[in-house]
Amino acid sequence: MLRRYSVPMLLILAGGLLTYCAYEEMLGLYTLSVLMFMGINIILSTSLNLVNGYMGEFSCGHAGFMCVGAYVSSILGVLLFTKDKVFGEPWLDPSLALYAFPLIILAGGAAAAVAGLLVAIPSYKTRGDYLAIITIAANYIIISLIQNIDTVGGSRGFMGMKSVISSMEDAADLPWMVIWVFIFTVFTVWVLRRYVSSTFGKGVSAICQDEVAAEIMSVNTNKIKTISFMVSSGLAGIGGALFAYVIGYVNPGSFNILKSTEVLVMVYLGGMGSLSGSVLSAVLFTVLLEALRPLQIIKWIVIPLLLVVLMQFRPEGIMGNKELGDIFPWLKRFYRFK
Amino acid sequence: MMTQTQTQAESSPVLEIQGLTQRFGGLTAVNDFNVALQPGELAGLIGPNGAGKTTVFNLVSGFYQPSEGAIRIGGKPTAGLKPHKVTALGVARTFQNIRLWNEMSVLDNIRVAQHGTLGYGFFHAVARSRTYQAREAEIEREARELLEVFQLDKYADELPKNLPYGLQRKVEIVRALSEKPKLLLLDEPAAGLNSVDIQELIRLVRWIHETFPVTIWMIEHHMDVMMELCQRIKVIDFGQTIAEGTPEVIRNHPAVITAYLGDDQI
Amino acid sequence: MLETILQNVINALQWGSFYALIALGYTLVYGVLQLINFAHGDVFMVGAYIAFFVATFLLGIAGMPGWMALALTIPLTMILTSAVGVTLERIAYRPLRRKGANRLYVVITALMCGLILEHANLAVLGASRKAFPPLITETVYNVGGVTFTNLKLGVIFTAFAVFIFLHWVVTKTRVGMAMRAISYDKFAVPLMGIPMDQIIVVTFVLGSGFAGLAGLLFAMSYPVLEPYMGALIGWKAFIAAVVGGIGDIRGAFLGGFLLGAVEILVVAVFPSSYRDLFSFSVLLIILVFKPTGLFGIAKTTKI
Repeated sequence: MLRRYSVPMLLILAGGLLTYCAYEEMLGLYTLSVLMFMGINIILSTSLNLVNGYMGEFSCGHAGFMCVGAYVSSILGVLLFTKDKVFGEPWLDPSLALYAFPLIILAGGAAAAVAGLLVAIPSYKTRGDYLAIITIAANYIIISLIQNIDTVGGSRGFMGMKSVISSMEDAADLPWMVIWVFIFTVFTVWVLRRYVSSTFGKGVSAICQDEVAAEIMSVNTNKIKTISFMVSSGLAGIGGALFAYVIGYVNPGSFNILKSTEVLVMVYLGGMGSLSGSVLSAVLFTVLLEALRPLQIIKWIVIPLLLVVLMQFRPEGIMGNKELGDIFPWLKRFYRFK
Repeated sequence: MMTQTQTQAESSPVLEIQGLTQRFGGLTAVNDFNVALQPGELAGLIGPNGAGKTTVFNLVSGFYQPSEGAIRIGGKPTAGLKPHKVTALGVARTFQNIRLWNEMSVLDNIRVAQHGTLGYGFFHAVARSRTYQAREAEIEREARELLEVFQLDKYADELPKNLPYGLQRKVEIVRALSEKPKLLLLDEPAAGLNSVDIQELIRLVRWIHETFPVTIWMIEHHMDVMMELCQRIKVIDFGQTIAEGTPEVIRNHPAVITAYLGDDQI
Repeated sequence: MLETILQNVINALQWGSFYALIALGYTLVYGVLQLINFAHGDVFMVGAYIAFFVATFLLGIAGMPGWMALALTIPLTMILTSAVGVTLERIAYRPLRRKGANRLYVVITALMCGLILEHANLAVLGASRKAFPPLITETVYNVGGVTFTNLKLGVIFTAFAVFIFLHWVVTKTRVGMAMRAISYDKFAVPLMGIPMDQIIVVTFVLGSGFAGLAGLLFAMSYPVLEPYMGALIGWKAFIAAVVGGIGDIRGAFLGGFLLGAVEILVVAVFPSSYRDLFSFSVLLIILVFKPTGLFGIAKTTKI
């Protein structure tokens, strides 16, 4: 009984506590935004881990998919629910914003999943370095595309998402962004965990370890690659969408190769092929970024240096390819992780 | 248990290859190769190194598409099919260098080999539907039963790389068998085994042949293995068949001796 | 009409020369180590900055005339930039190579080193852009409606000269033969008595040296320097090298000019903001259809 429900109960408790603290303003705006970025980073790092860790590819353009998700859901939200210079009057009643919001975020994810095909299809025939280049090119292409679309602001960026959030808060006075980020973070980890622990999902590991054997032992490698790339980029799109709403402003420049590198750092720090590792490293990384805020200039010297040292002495990352339950077996008594 | 001689009365051959030719650039690796394997046979394919034996296997598995010729499994052509689709027609194989997934347990190795018959996809996996749960339970049960039959059940949670080489070979063969194939291709199963393990291998293959309704085609360099097990042996060199027949015929065949040892003309 | 075409050809050759020079460095290192030296674009940037400091010093404090400063700046920049490249190899890549680390870890290290170079520059020198001092007087020639400068010609000439030199090194010298041997089989090479570490150092010296040269020429042609200047050019030059067929210097050379041609063409027809979009798209399409690049050889997996 305890084992079956311990994890869901814990999560509901955590979510409830968080919402309460945010509502009663026990946690300042700054802490809340750090927590939300932590959630978004968890989404990004776990979704990239599916492709770079479990499947053993080297995808360096994750931010491109964030960008697609961010723009699609921002535009949808502003279009549907706010009065805006570009789009005019809202298409739907703003009071519906609350119910439509998760759908808007999911729509961003779906668009990003389709963008993932850009990388999935070449992956049938190429691997390793060549695929890495294709992902980099895809990242730049997506950014340049948006920079050339003036209706959504081009390189100047796009805003208006804050009004959508206020519409939600008008409907029910709760810290909605905190809640949504929490829900989608849990959703992401849940989807990924269920995918990779199923026999279907183990095909991903099989492709990573020996693709030829997988192909001949009845694994439909093209299908698995497609699904994995699309899930990974779709979830990144969700992360990007949430990112856009939390900040209230998007511009293509924030999704460049530097952002992709941030996510790479998180994945390799946590350990390829370890979901708990990615969660852990996302948390650590967010905290590290905040801690280095006063030292803004050397932030981007410390972080790469950290990874260089990591590659020298513990390249498999914090958790290697083990999960929390493998390192602390006594934890398994308290939850069923299936 | 139906004996193999009775099943040979059935008409269509399990594997039929006609006029198979494979060219890699300027090199002809396989040249007008023909074979017909009847259900329940235990046949062998031998030849000196570089003769083209593994290429034939790779062509049958669907890893390459033949330059010329046709391959049919149970009557169905494999032309244009990707390897996993060819496997679905009823072929499974092992490899010259063991290709087990070393970071996955032995049990998982068997489970992943069931991908062709999983019967559920991404959404079922995430939602953990009834279909998913039933199928997963079935796959696990069948995998464990199979391991038990081969006395590998105590290694179910081990990583293959931690097992002795002879056991790894056995796991690879069991993995192939788990796909319930009509045709089992064994590519040099005795490679790298010591003499004790080789005796074990001979017992294993013979036992598989007697217990399961499967046709076995083996490539091997160890002559004792071939002579003991195979009912019929085909010899190829430079991609072409040079001899065919029972082990006794092959043993003394002049062309075979020449291919392996050379002749008196220097 | 003909004039515009010729004009674009000259511009494409000049613009492509930079890509070609940088791409050569990528391909040399990849050919020998199977390593994508992601820090290479930033080595180019470091080269430009080294050139800046050397030139400023020579012109200002030493008070040399322009042409003399240039004559000294070229070798100094190349030597110092080579030193940077070799240092990178020594402290970041060699230890991993010794341990037999997975290639992926070296690639990540390279990526991180590039970032460190960029941001160290930003931290030390600040965000303000630097103006490269003029070393030579640019003379503009006008032949039948087509304008070009002596600098542009110099750049194109240099690129071709470097290529011919490198081609000679790789095919006719023993060092070059050793480099090619390492790319075919890196385990057999030390067994044959070839000092692998030294050959690798030579590779980095050549690659980084010419990146430095490219940096100097670029700074002379477009005299505004900023810390991120290597990043985009580096990525594009790398992709150009791959499109040409990585590991083969002919491929890198061709890829660089191909990219230059594409970009000049795009800018001639479309608004300049479309430039990156088109270049990356063209490169992507070529890679999808010919994954090993134009000169590359497909590698078959043996089962």
